[in-house]
Amino acid sequence: MSVGIRLDGVSYRYAGAAATSLRNVGLELEPGRVVGVVGANESGKSTLCLVVAGLAPAVIGGRLEGSVRIDGIETAAMRPHDLAQRCGLLSQNAATQLSGTTATVFEEVGFGPCNLGLPVADVVQRVWAALGAVGIESLAPRDPARLSGGQGQLVAIASILALRPRYLVLDEPTSELDPAGTKLVAEALARIARDTGAGILLVEHKTDVLAQIADEVVVLERGAVAFSGPAAAVLADPRLVELGVESPAAVRLERAVRTSGLEWSAALAKALS
Amino acid sequence: MSGFGPGVDRSAPAASAGAFADSRPPASDRSGVGSTGPGSAPAVPSIEFEAVSFAYPDGTRALSQIGLRIGSGESVAIVGQNGSGKSTLVRHLNGLLRPTTGRVLLDGNDVRPIHVARLASSVGLAFQNPDCQLFSGRVSTEVAFGPRNLGIHGGELEERVRAALEEVGLDAEASTNPYDLGYSRRKLLALASVLAMRTPILALDEPTTGQDARGVARVRDVVARAFGEGRTVIAISHDMRFVAESFRRVVVMREGCIVLDGAPDVVFGEAAWGELRASYLEPPLPSVAGARLGLGATVTEAAFVAALERRAGTISR
Repeated sequence: MSVGIRLDGVSYRYAGAAATSLRNVGLELEPGRVVGVVGANESGKSTLCLVVAGLAPAVIGGRLEGSVRIDGIETAAMRPHDLAQRCGLLSQNAATQLSGTTATVFEEVGFGPCNLGLPVADVVQRVWAALGAVGIESLAPRDPARLSGGQGQLVAIASILALRPRYLVLDEPTSELDPAGTKLVAEALARIARDTGAGILLVEHKTDVLAQIADEVVVLERGAVAFSGPAAAVLADPRLVELGVESPAAVRLERAVRTSGLEWSAALAKALS
Repeated sequence: MSGFGPGVDRSAPAASAGAFADSRPPASDRSGVGSTGPGSAPAVPSIEFEAVSFAYPDGTRALSQIGLRIGSGESVAIVGQNGSGKSTLVRHLNGLLRPTTGRVLLDGNDVRPIHVARLASSVGLAFQNPDCQLFSGRVSTEVAFGPRNLGIHGGELEERVRAALEEVGLDAEASTNPYDLGYSRRKLLALASVLAMRTPILALDEPTTGQDARGVARVRDVVARAFGEGRTVIAISHDMRFVAESFRRVVVMREGCIVLDGAPDVVFGEAAWGELRASYLEPPLPSVAGARLGLGATVTEAAFVAALERRAGTISR
């Protein structure tokens, strides 16, 4: 049986929509790898997440063409609970992901593992590990409804991590995080991919995060793959700018220096590293 | 729209290399300064937090003894760790939250007895999460809601809705259901809803979140335009590039307190890095690279390149 997530010729149209949101997308995510997804707003990034995680069309309807396979099995043929255990999805608006049924952050993060029917000791161990991975152990007794936007996002990430899915599909997981929180989450994701062999599909506007942890990057344009390849090469590609994607800070600064006609030097490269 | 006044304190230091050059006319040249006459825009009230502390009902202390004065027409970015009290602070501006102790003053008047609905004519607040703000079934209705509640009707209301949607690039979506828009465009819609109210004070909670490069540029233009019109613009952001390039003053919060307050050159300057990092923030890359190369304060890409050019000119001479 082949492992990994594989999309072949995937097109998707939302129910009732006139236009197709994904067009003939091909993508491969192997265990232990981090694949970044970038693109302008409305280029299909969030739709791609829904399709990869099997929510579109199974839960939200719409029309899918092509093949979406997780570990060799078509997602259309998988039962929801099996799919959920294999592939964890963090939605773009993390606030909508919290259950709204728990009194503390600890219970919120334990909500998923409890529903898997795990022994209490395992749930407790998973919750502390997940809270620790994103540095929010101190939030454990807090009311999830009374967190800041960024804290809520970290709790949503921890809730996904506690499920320990084989694949993680994360739609802008650091959008509301401070720089230190962003760095912490990026490091945690890199560690999870490396140590547990999880495959991670990571939608990010912060290309600095992708420069730090992604193995490959896929660029979407109006629902189709514009180009893709090794992260360093894609993130330095000047076509990103035309496609409405901000290059990493070091790439931008080097470009600004070169554009001004100044000579690029090893000392400058070192200062930007 | 033009003519908010009376204008920013010119004695405040601005950042270097022209990145923050104030292209606005002097305050005295702007129409409507301090005037209440027909056709003139309302004056922009100053804001003052006097020893403001706030605790949520569950006991979480979010603000501790905040003392902060924001003059009329300033552009101020508020940065800080998640949970440091930034959103709590701005929600005091329009009365959504009231201080547990201390006072919030607009033009010297305590806002405590003033109803939220009345404060809404002075302070427009765009929420961090647009889904907490949007409720209409149609984009144009959503944007019209705020100004209509301020008593704007007919042609002027239509014009405000059109202008606000155009400013955020949603003019082609006037009849769309807001929930058929993606998250990033819902954020822009929430921003348009506040812009249409044309309040003298504009408070934006993480306006660039989820925006692509074009969306960030659009938000940057919105901020520049409002500042150019003499309005006070306050924005919470984690995007240090946006902060360094778009604001003349940066306030850093940590654990409910203000720990740094100054021009971007100062707050992102090398001397402040220790305090910044203790606040879980990082200075922008041009600032770090400039310090490594001994270029001085270079908080923006433009400032970094300009400093390099100056040095190259010195060497070649």
